Amino acid sequence: MIVADRKSIHEILDMVKDCSNILVVGCKGCVTVCNVGGLKEVQILAATLKIARKKEGRPLHVDETLLERQCDPEYIAMIQDRVNDYDAVISMACGVGPQFLSEAYPDQRFYPAVNTTFFGGAVAHGIWEERCAGCGTCIIHHFDGLCPIARCSKSLMNGPCGGSDHGKCEIAKNVDCIWDKIVRKKMELGRLNDLLQVFPAKNWQTARDGGLRRSRREELIQHG
Amino acid sequence: MDDLKSGSNLEKVLKAGHFALTGECGPPKGANVEHLREKFLHLKGVVDAVNVTDNQTAVVRLSSWAASAIMVQEGVEPNFQMVCRDRNRLAMQSDILGVYAMGVRNMLCLSGDHQKFGNHPQAKNVYDIDSMQLISLAKTMRDEGKFFNGEPIDVPPKLFIGAASNPFAEPYEFRVYRLAKKIAAGADFIQTQCIYNMERFREFIRQANDMGLTEKCYILAGVTPMKSVGMANYMAKQVPGMDVPESLIKRLKGVEKTKVAEEGIRFCLEQIEEFKTMKGVAGVHLMAIEWEHRVPEIAERAGLLPRPVVN
Repeated sequence: MIVADRKSIHEILDMVKDCSNILVVGCKGCVTVCNVGGLKEVQILAATLKIARKKEGRPLHVDETLLERQCDPEYIAMIQDRVNDYDAVISMACGVGPQFLSEAYPDQRFYPAVNTTFFGGAVAHGIWEERCAGCGTCIIHHFDGLCPIARCSKSLMNGPCGGSDHGKCEIAKNVDCIWDKIVRKKMELGRLNDLLQVFPAKNWQTARDGGLRRSRREELIQHG
Repeated sequence: MDDLKSGSNLEKVLKAGHFALTGECGPPKGANVEHLREKFLHLKGVVDAVNVTDNQTAVVRLSSWAASAIMVQEGVEPNFQMVCRDRNRLAMQSDILGVYAMGVRNMLCLSGDHQKFGNHPQAKNVYDIDSMQLISLAKTMRDEGKFFNGEPIDVPPKLFIGAASNPFAEPYEFRVYRLAKKIAAGADFIQTQCIYNMERFREFIRQANDMGLTEKCYILAGVTPMKSVGMANYMAKQVPGMDVPESLIKRLKGVEKTKVAEEGIRFCLEQIEEFKTMKGVAGVHLMAIEWEHRVPEIAERAGLLPRPVVN
């Protein structure tokens, strides 16, 4: 899923400092799963903003709503009747949400309440970790399900570098060296030979480096 | 000359079977060329080539290609270092051509320390290609006269290609295989990480000998004299992939404070003496960090002077 962290309340308060009537829009997609932009988080943010502004003596009216997803025009359309009734709208979805909203409603101002961080999953209760860099050309099968592009700090295809230290990455003691894991797993599986080849340079055209990416499913596209 | 890959002094010395000695010089944090010259001129005639570090520890310094070019002007042979952190494949190929045009004949291919360590941790890292792929790139440019994309190069850069190896970083079992990969990718010579744990290094070189790697590539053993107990402790605890045995720290602590540096040099000299006769070791890479002025003395005491002149 797409993982995000909520921005600080100070940053969000600053975004809407000139507003007196706003809408907070949550999303039932990824940000609900990673507990940052679902129903509960929308309620908490709305309440926190109201309390903070009340303390300042400048009360803020905050309405709350939750969309099925903010990455599909049909759900974005659900708020068309009231979206322009507010001074501003705060989206608690990933970075896609405020953009789809802005594209659909050019007269309104949309602010992101979260920082979208990575594609990953929950490794423990309350802890999410990156697993995919969205490079557009998956190679994890060469590395027994451990992605060096997303998980090596240098995205090395032929690691581990000299900075691998007791299974940890040189950048921090709490970051695993994925190449240490790759090598150990190959050894356990008796497949170390897989790593003796020099893996060639990656073609980054399918990653962000190639410019804006678009997926087309011809069978779904409605022509005419 | 025809059978030489680059014609660099380092290549000629190694090919002639001499025990090589390379040094190192970090460019200044500024455009202080006088300071740079002063540092590397200590090494003139004392070593066969001088490594010019490339924004080492991810701290911005005068560029390694410019410092290398200045060395060439002063009659000192550089070993131009290039890391994968700061350049994509366009910039790499461009700089390889650039240094060759300026008279540089040796190049060392490295991953580079992560920018988090340096003085611009906010920077975007590049790592378009890794050090293994950089070795392969330099070899393709030299031997096939082609760019990464297969297009022909108008006057290919003939560089003697080096790489680094760290026998002490985990997973130990894989290190000799990674060395084998670098040699297969095209490394002509290897400079190792600073060696302090001789036992582990002996085992590493034995494995490399058994695999026939030392016949395909020149291995230069890396040494850095310890200047103080503090430096030894720092290297032991703070530098990733560094293996400093407790016995060495004890030895340094065992002498008077004013004699620690001398003891560090003595340990280094003992190492060099062993490397001279160690099968599979073709020379020493002496990284006297900010101690360039002591290199002539160390080289002299190690019996490595005068340096051979191979035509």
